[in-house]
Amino acid sequence: MQSLKIKNLECNRNGRSIFTGISFDVTPGRILLLSGKNGSGKTSLLRILAGLMPPKAGSIVWGDKKFTDKRDRELFSPLYIGHSNPVKLGLTVRENLIFWAKIFGHGLNVDAALEQFGIRNHSELPASYLSEGQKRRLTLARLALDQPVSTLPSLWLLDEPAWGLDPEAVKTLSNLAIDHVKNQGMVIISTHGNNLDELLALNSDRYSLTENNC
Amino acid sequence: MLNRIGLLIIKDVKLALQGASDTGMTFVFLLLACTLFQFSIGPDQTLLIKVGGGVIWVVALLATILSLERLFITDFEDGTLEQYFLSPMSLVFFALAKAISHWLTTGLLVIISAPIIALLYSLPNEVFLPLFLSMVIGTPILSLIGTLGAALTLGAKRSGVLMPLIILPLYIPVLIFGTLVIYNVMYGHNYNSFLIVLIGLLLLSLALAPWATACALRQAIE
Repeated sequence: MQSLKIKNLECNRNGRSIFTGISFDVTPGRILLLSGKNGSGKTSLLRILAGLMPPKAGSIVWGDKKFTDKRDRELFSPLYIGHSNPVKLGLTVRENLIFWAKIFGHGLNVDAALEQFGIRNHSELPASYLSEGQKRRLTLARLALDQPVSTLPSLWLLDEPAWGLDPEAVKTLSNLAIDHVKNQGMVIISTHGNNLDELLALNSDRYSLTENNC
Repeated sequence: MLNRIGLLIIKDVKLALQGASDTGMTFVFLLLACTLFQFSIGPDQTLLIKVGGGVIWVVALLATILSLERLFITDFEDGTLEQYFLSPMSLVFFALAKAISHWLTTGLLVIISAPIIALLYSLPNEVFLPLFLSMVIGTPILSLIGTLGAALTLGAKRSGVLMPLIILPLYIPVLIFGTLVIYNVMYGHNYNSFLIVLIGLLLLSLALAPWATACALRQAIE
């Protein structure tokens, strides 16, 4: 089976080496859990994979195709969810989700997505009424709308997605990730070892960014 | 693509109207600044008529800058900008959408205020139409160059100070040709050539500014 091969990836920020020699494979149908101490480069690695920043060296390869810029990454239609929640406080919960669904060309089954994350009863409220955990749920609800348009496996890049979530929402998130890989998608999640890791244990591989990478 | 640009514009205008205090602030600033000029010049009506055209354009430039500082900051801080970067929409179109939303929330206000200011400065009636035309052509240029300035200073310390230093020199041609339209009408000359120059400047900034803004945003994201 083909896999996404990350080879000898290096990252520099502001003249400081964040990591070197990162190599691993991501296989469709499996979740990869990235672990490592604070500052080990998990976020930078996910940002590089998403195409948000260039690596200093190394390659990202699918089959015989080398991915060098954002346009190449689009083949995988990566869905990146970072630390922050791109939620517009002046729009309602529903408007926020519809906006992103239309921008990314996702499905518009918004009510079901909001229901899954337990915020459907807030759908007509301005997002400013939501707690931080609920804003995180709203951000993650985009995962429930993702409809890959490419023939290549769709790649989810989730940076500490469970931050601020209660156990119920973590369970919803893990179910979505498992469903995604069952459909031959790929998921990379940066984590600090919590309930999410345990829920995904059977479907996941692990990669740790250690001091050897610095 | 047009749908996505439309979505962005609608969202930005809606958010801007919800924060009506910002829009209102621009309007109050315009009137306040013009009144301050009047106080400093004094009641000499001939002098007021002479400087009126220049004052309108200077105040329009300053009002445009006032609302530029926060143009990208919220999107940058809450991760929205990253998502636009990853979306199927090019950042060039995003920059264009931002410039259009800025014009709709600020430029239109400047255009609406211009006749009121012209009345305050007792400008002759025949000035109103050319003033309106020059503003309709000139204010989108201010928004396009302004978005570039806001993108270039995104994430920089003291961006509020740095941005006017970058964009004010680029505003000078608009200021010169905009005021020339008004003064040529007042002195009975033909003003069409200056409107054509303004149209040329608009086309030039329309072609270059969104592209340059997208490059600056890409740098800020990386």
